[in-house]
Amino acid sequence: MTARTLFRKLWEEHVVSEAPGVPAMLYVDLHLIHEVTSPQAFAGLRARGLRVRCPERTIATMDHSTPTVPGGLAVVDAAGRAQLERLRENCEAYGVRLYPLGAPENGIVHVMAPELGLSQPGMTIVCGDSHTSTHGAFGALAFGIGTSEVEHVLATQCLLQRPAKTYEVRFDGTPRPGVGPKDYILALCARIGVSGATGHVLEYTGSAIRQLSMEGRMTLCNMSIECGARAGLVAPDDATFQYLAGRPFAPQGAAFDAALRRWRRLPTDEGASFDRRLELDVSTLAPMLTWGTNPGMGAAVDAPLPRPEDHPAGPVREALEKSLEYMGLTPGEPLLGRPIDVVFIGSCTNSRLEDLRQAASVMRGRKVPPQVRVLVVPGSQQVKRQAEAEGLHELFRAAGAEWREPGCSMCIAMNGDELLPGQYAVSTSNRNFEGRQGKGGRTFLGSPLTAAAAAVTGRVTDVRQLL
Amino acid sequence: MQRLQRIRSKVAPLLVDNVDTDQIIPARFLKVLDKHGLGQHCFADWRYDAEGRPLASFVLNQARHAGAQILLVGDNFGCGSSREHAPWALLGAGFRVLLGTSFADIFRNNALKNGILPVTLDAELHERLAERLARHPELELTVDLERCRLEVPDEASIPFSLDEFARHCLLEGVDELGYLLARAPLIAQYEAERAARLAAEGTP
Repeated sequence: MTARTLFRKLWEEHVVSEAPGVPAMLYVDLHLIHEVTSPQAFAGLRARGLRVRCPERTIATMDHSTPTVPGGLAVVDAAGRAQLERLRENCEAYGVRLYPLGAPENGIVHVMAPELGLSQPGMTIVCGDSHTSTHGAFGALAFGIGTSEVEHVLATQCLLQRPAKTYEVRFDGTPRPGVGPKDYILALCARIGVSGATGHVLEYTGSAIRQLSMEGRMTLCNMSIECGARAGLVAPDDATFQYLAGRPFAPQGAAFDAALRRWRRLPTDEGASFDRRLELDVSTLAPMLTWGTNPGMGAAVDAPLPRPEDHPAGPVREALEKSLEYMGLTPGEPLLGRPIDVVFIGSCTNSRLEDLRQAASVMRGRKVPPQVRVLVVPGSQQVKRQAEAEGLHELFRAAGAEWREPGCSMCIAMNGDELLPGQYAVSTSNRNFEGRQGKGGRTFLGSPLTAAAAAVTGRVTDVRQLL
Repeated sequence: MQRLQRIRSKVAPLLVDNVDTDQIIPARFLKVLDKHGLGQHCFADWRYDAEGRPLASFVLNQARHAGAQILLVGDNFGCGSSREHAPWALLGAGFRVLLGTSFADIFRNNALKNGILPVTLDAELHERLAERLARHPELELTVDLERCRLEVPDEASIPFSLDEFARHCLLEGVDELGYLLARAPLIAQYEAERAARLAAEGTP
């Protein structure tokens, strides 16, 4: 039999039908929904008099418009409340399981689904959210879709799709202290750019990936979309299986053993070929920080800012000039030492327990300067409980940080948490686009360690100096 | 979905690479329950000053581009968030055709599902069009989806490609859901066969 990639195996398992000249019908195993990208899809169902084909395959959470101060629905603004209430009505009307604001399972969709054991190897997983690529960490084909496609999945459990090309990114080597998966993915974005993987599904391979925890793999896969990829994948292994064992929605007992046999067949076969390949040595990486207005505009935290005049006249130079102007930065200067106003530790990229532990390791016994605001936002109620059981909330508070309720928070800035115009933030989230964290706000993306270093110094800092 | 067959229109140039969907429609405008009314917020942060007054320097505020249904964009247009609010906002602002050198995957899918045609041009042609428009902002182009041709005054018409299925949906004004629903028996068959296979392996 022909050697197949993980992507090819996932694809072939889920093709319902293929016909010449038409995209394939691809079956969706798990559909995640939230309040912002689903109301119009349910309205479409209603207008056509359709039912939800497989209500048990759709799971809903509330995360984007939700405030991260205690009080839940009582403190959300009117527009946000309308979305949350509409989601509740839709889930009730169509029989979809909802984990509402405040429920013990509630959280950011890409944090709560894995921790409930919903995201499993071999699945197809979609959500009206581009960071659905997160779930590729389990060896699932997971990608973001638009609201029309949310409606398609609700009505038929299928999507029309064309197969993506495959792109292997191999990470080898042992990282130096202070460097982790967030730095790997920021380095990849800087290397290939924000459209470097358009039309492709990335598979992350190599010894450095095998060493990563599931949390780290989720961070990596989460930002696959930031280099344009349709999805990111990590082949499942014992770390995956150990993570899943015993989780509420994972198979139990004999069914788990049978699932294991199936999951172990998923990794890319020896000799299978990819459309493209790239190799990166993580031992050469420094902590990464973005300086510009897309996730590809990043460099080692101690590197000087780029100088547009080093580039020939043209779109690249214009983009550099435009970004540096928006960011209020001077070409050629160092970013290190630059004062910052806000630190955001959270988002579907970096709000899991391991991320919070990393941040805490730097903030322990140190103080946030009074002029700096630090938000620590756990990704889910479960992460919040676990962190509090370890006393992390007390540690963050003692350092002078705010310990918030779970949600997307300042990553999306549509829930009350946002930067003020002109403010600088070091953020563990995934996007530094103009205004992403609040109109006029300026974002430097980095790891939880790098964010924590900025939190306790009030400046862009190389965390290696604090380790 | 509104059908699209042939559009003759002025062209608004927005020649910036890597325009993300947060720029097309900032997140604070996503707290809505329907698809309509987003046109006024399209490119809000590039279009209005802090007091909400239109910025004369921004292309969508310029009288010479008023009524344009064609937007000439840069490379990798629509990257970032999967929000379908982006094509809804573009549609609300009157745009039906996007001419660019490449589009982000999810955005491209979303645009096609809303009657917006993304046309991929080669870089040389794109540059030539941009130059002509700089000299003649009143230039009108015709996008003919029946023939898959772009007609530029005083030039030979330029072929473009679009996959046949997407073209059919746009020409007829039909969405994909009808196609999927019509194949419900195939879906049921797939579900039954897969369930049997998994049961044979001992997994649910």
